[in-house]
Amino acid sequence: MVPTDVALALAGLLFMLGVVGVLARRNVIFILMSIEVMLNAAGLAFVVAGARWHQADGQVMFLFILAMAAAEVSVGLALVLRLYREWSTLDADVPSSMRG
Amino acid sequence: MTSVFYVAGAVALVSTLLVITRASAVHALLYLIVSLLSIAIIFYQVGAPFVAALEVIMYAGALMVIFVFVLMMLNLGPRALAQEHAWLRPRMWIGPGLLAAILAAEVIYTLATAERAETAAALVAPKQVGQSLFGAYVIGAELASLLLLAGLVGALHLARAAEMGEA
Repeated sequence: MVPTDVALALAGLLFMLGVVGVLARRNVIFILMSIEVMLNAAGLAFVVAGARWHQADGQVMFLFILAMAAAEVSVGLALVLRLYREWSTLDADVPSSMRG
Repeated sequence: MTSVFYVAGAVALVSTLLVITRASAVHALLYLIVSLLSIAIIFYQVGAPFVAALEVIMYAGALMVIFVFVLMMLNLGPRALAQEHAWLRPRMWIGPGLLAAILAAEVIYTLATAERAETAAALVAPKQVGQSLFGAYVIGAELASLLLLAGLVGALHLARAAEMGEA
């Protein structure tokens, strides 16, 4: 058996790495990738908890997270394209000068 | 089989750490794919084979292809050729290749020793997931499809607005 507490700790560590990535990086692509890491860590926690109690709910929740990640990435990358065409940069701080 | 879990978890942590510290986005993507694959192995180990397959197909397959596609679109310029050369240096494949080789060895080990019997008690079958998804969670499934449609329309609108702004 995979120990549940270790698996949950792993999910927590991966989530922390994602948070650090979002906070530390200024490249929009890296921020999006870190968000993927965080969503994935949350999904890992769901699946591990679902396996612990032999329920399918955890996996169903992972499917929802997967659908949400797909929608988020498509919109997010469209925004990245837009950002690059407007400012020719991927720096997340540049659009803070935007008004209106 | 617990050792397989620990090794996969260590690979996931190392590759994710490398994702957030790489300077080049393409290098980070390679490590992110390795990280997703190792999490798929963890899913298989905790007795969720359906979700493990989805992790490989959807996350490591579809989503990463979108990322690569956008990255390649962003680098249409005179510097593109030099950048391609810099990205495709054989040396940078060593790290992801090594981590992926560890994962491949784990998969072969798992298949060869056939330790599925031990996890059979904890196995949540795809049938059970499907019954739950289209039974108790059917509204959630419908809402997810609505969300995907909204994402599709939103991405189309944003990309088209960018094109019109340029024209």
